[in-house]
This record gives sequence, structure tokens and C-alpha cells, in this order.
Amino acid sequence: MYEKDGERYFIVDAHIAYWDAGPDNRNRFGEGFIKCFYDYHRNLSPEEYLWPFEKFQRYSEADLLHDIFEVGYADHAIFQPTYLTDFFPRGFNKAEQDAPFLEKHPGMFTLNGSFDPRDGDKGLEYLESLHDRYNVPGVKLYTAEWKGESRGWRLDAPEAARYLEKCQELGIKNIHVHKGPTIWPLDRDAFDVADVDGAASSFPELNFIVEHVGLPRLEDFCWIATQEPNVYAGLSVAIPLMHTRPRYFAQIIGELLYWLNEDRILFGSDYAIWQPKWLVEKFVDFQIPEDMQSELGVLTTDVKKKILGLNAARLYDLEIPAQDAAIAARSNGAAVGSEPVSPA
Amino acid sequence: MISAEQVLDALSGVRDPEIDEPLTDLGFVAGVHVDGTSVDVRLRLPTYFCAPNFAYLMVADALEAVRSLPQVGDVTITLDDHFASGEINGAIAVGQGFEAAFPGESVGELPALRDLFTRKAFTARQSRVCDALLRVGRTWEELADTRLGALAGGPDVTRCISLRMSLGIDTAPGSPAFVRADGSALDVDGLKRFMRVARLVRLSLEGNAGLCRALLATRYGIEDPEEAAA
Repeated sequence: MYEKDGERYFIVDAHIAYWDAGPDNRNRFGEGFIKCFYDYHRNLSPEEYLWPFEKFQRYSEADLLHDIFEVGYADHAIFQPTYLTDFFPRGFNKAEQDAPFLEKHPGMFTLNGSFDPRDGDKGLEYLESLHDRYNVPGVKLYTAEWKGESRGWRLDAPEAARYLEKCQELGIKNIHVHKGPTIWPLDRDAFDVADVDGAASSFPELNFIVEHVGLPRLEDFCWIATQEPNVYAGLSVAIPLMHTRPRYFAQIIGELLYWLNEDRILFGSDYAIWQPKWLVEKFVDFQIPEDMQSELGVLTTDVKKKILGLNAARLYDLEIPAQDAAIAARSNGAAVGSEPVSPA
Repeated sequence: MISAEQVLDALSGVRDPEIDEPLTDLGFVAGVHVDGTSVDVRLRLPTYFCAPNFAYLMVADALEAVRSLPQVGDVTITLDDHFASGEINGAIAVGQGFEAAFPGESVGELPALRDLFTRKAFTARQSRVCDALLRVGRTWEELADTRLGALAGGPDVTRCISLRMSLGIDTAPGSPAFVRADGSALDVDGLKRFMRVARLVRLSLEGNAGLCRALLATRYGIEDPEEAAA
């Protein structure tokens, strides 16, 4: 819970990781991957929150608890696993690596699973085992993951549909999608979220949360999200832009409120790339700059409460404080954006 | 003899196809070495994992631009510090295409990708021109009637015309100043709706360009020009 100016904010950090990226668990691609993360961390964090690279590669269980809960204001946090076993032999952040937190700290964490449609029948069995072992309510998918010679996969491929059917059958309803720089086939735009559109139409009972709000393809993301009511925006990677590029962030959040609405935007720190403490504090203080308000509107306290926790609580059936029930129930139905015209 | 300035000038005509800005402005040219008529250019990108298709296009376009210099001899373009440096540099050096660089991982070359991003660039650039005119008091009705020849010059208008040429869209002075990315006409309401989306495309492109500059600066320990200006 975060308190400011007499307001109490229920915080769900919907995107955290506990990764293992030290030198004993990575090849040259893994090294490139964690260094790339570190550059994001260095570039978009306030100076007082910078970690040395040694700590960034592999932080401790105590670090995570301290940063997320003791100082990070979270009431609940959701692990979003990323396997990357071709880069990190033991796995970068597999569900099994995160699972001990659940047992030791009941009620504080949600653990999501993951799948890779290229794993065929074996992968389906693995997904079932994740469900049996941890009762995962969602999955985190990375379409740019490398596997042998393959450099990625598409969410609208028939192989992926089998997995989404399995998710539906098991009651795994939150599908977090993270796009990266490679895809099958490589000559296409890997960041395009059009494949999420196909999957979201075919599986209307599942929720599709597009991480980092589709960046660097915000336009493609907004274009599909305004048409698909079961598509959500995950603010990971976008929200730290508040610090270095507040006007750019104001435009992003303004566009999200316009094309989606205040009920379909979720806070996530992407810990350990960014520390939730400053993100929460800064977001509560954040306002659309005055000269942009006539175009983009303002961020009300209620909207901030929804984004920081109430929206994720709804998707994950988390209990919310009684004081917030009225705000959470006030749904802001349709998006303002209407009759969009395809940009290209 | 060729000078490094000539090479840089040629490279300033090569753009990152994803964000429509010159490689030289983005800081992607890490070094130019000229020895008589031989030219060596090293390119660098903001991250180790920048998308390989756009990276390939930049290396291929840089090669073509430098080779077009008069009296140039051997030209080598090397992409540094990228996961696919070996594949891309190797394929480009022997004149092979994208499919040859990534055998089995690609089903074609990159014209469709380039065309899509040229259209996005055109859409974003029109948004800048249109917003500038709205700011000085022009109405939507006036903008819908404006002809290309009536637009005052400036880098955005010049770029719009050049993008229209690449896309095969009419550049006659009497053609409409604002059109959809496929070249089709817009009435007043259509223009308003199109520009609403165009603003989003522009936000994406400009934001990506800013992040690319910032990450490049962090990666190579150089000054971020935007931060320095702020």
C-alpha cells in the first residue's frame, strides 16, 4: 500500500522477475541479453537506484523481497517467467526458479507459467504440470525466444492455438505477450502485434496483456487494442520513461486512455530492470503537463488507483481493500477512440 | 582520392528504415577509414539485439550509398557488436541477400518490410506538417483543400515529397497535400481521423528514435544529443 496526500493506493506489481544471468549461466547471447537489459536499467533509472552490473546479473531473494515489498509498496506481485534456455542453460527466469517465493511467502506472489508452441506435445504436458504444481493463473510468452535454429514464433500459428486451447481448458486466463526483435519468419516485422489480434479474436475468454504497451509499435498495439476488448496494456518499460522523458510518457498514457480505457492498463515494474519504489512514487505524483491537457486530459486519482493495482486485481481475482470497491466497480466502458483508420 | 567527408555525406542519405532518420544523425556510423580509393565503414547500433532485418537493410543501403561515390574502389561495411554481425557482414560482403544471411529463417527478402516502414514514415511526417499548420490557425477544411505545391518548404515537407516519390504517390504541385499512406484522397472527416492515427504513428517513431539515441549513448558512453539539448 502506498499513501500520499491522504489517498491510499493498492499496489499490484504485475511484472517482476527473479533471474539468474551470472557468468556461469550464460553464453555470448545471454551476455548480450543481460547487458542490453542493463543498458535499459542504466539509461532509464534515477541515479540513486542504479545497481552495479555484478548485482544486476544475479540478485538475492532478500533483495527482491526488500525492493518489491519492504520499500516498493507492493501488496502483491506477479512473476512473469522468461525461459531463454538457449542463452542461459539453467534458464533465465523459469517458473521453477520463482516458485520457492510462493511457498515461503504465501499470498504475496502470483506465479505465471509459460509455453513455447515449438515444444509440441511435450510442451503441452509441461504446461499441465505447471498448472498442477503451481495453479498458474496466467502465462508469460516471449515470441522472440530462440530455440535451436529457430529465431521465434507467432501467436496466431496453429501450433500456438493448441496451447491457448489448453490454457482455456485449464482456466489459465491471462496471456502476457512480450514481443522481441526476432520472429518467424525473420523478414517480417518482429515487433508487430498483429498475431495477438488473431489470437485475441479466436479466444475471447482469454485476456491478452501486451507487455511494454507494444513498444516500439505503440500504433499497431493501440490499433488492435481498440478493436479487441480482451487486449490489455502492460506498462512495463513504458512507465520508467516518466523520469527521463515525461512529455513522451504523457503522450503514451494519453493515447492508451484514448484508444483503450482506464480499465485496461496495468502497472508493472519489470523488476529488476527498474525499482518499483520510484516508479510508484513518481506515477502517483505524475500529471499530464498543463499545455498538453486540452489534448490528452488529466490523470485522476481514481485512474491511477486502477492502473497501479485495481485492474490487475480484477484480472487475477485478488482481494482488494473495501475502500476501493466503488472505484474498481466503476467501469469506464468503451474507449474514446472510434472508427480507427489503419495507419498504413 | 576519396575523402572521409564524401563518405559521410553519402551515408547521410541512408536512413534507419524503422525511424526514418539518417544513420549519421543517429550516431550509428562508428568510423570511416579511407585508404586511397578503398573505404571501410563501421556501423554500430543501440543494442546487441536490434532487429536483424532492419540492421541488414542499413548495412546494405550503406554499401550501396558509398559504392555510388565516383572513383570509389573496394568498399567494406562492417556492423559491430551485434548478435548477427557475422551473418550480416558475411552475406553483404559477398553480395548475398537477407535470405542467404539467415538460411531457413526467412521466407523472402525485405521489400515488404521496407515498404511498410516507408508508409509509416510518410504517415508520421505528414502528421508533423499538418500539426504545424493547425498550430498557426489553419482549419481542417483548408487543410483538406491544400495542394502539395502550396506547402511552404522545410525539412518535413521536403521529406514528405521524397517519401511520396519512393512510394509512387503523385508529387504534382496540384495533387492533394495530405493523402493516406496508399496515396488515396481524404475528405475533411477522413483527414481528421487519419491524422488522429498519424499522430500515434509519429509518437511511436519519434519515441523510438529518442530511445535509440539514449541507449546508444549509454552503450558507448557518448553524449545523448537530446539530453544535452534539454
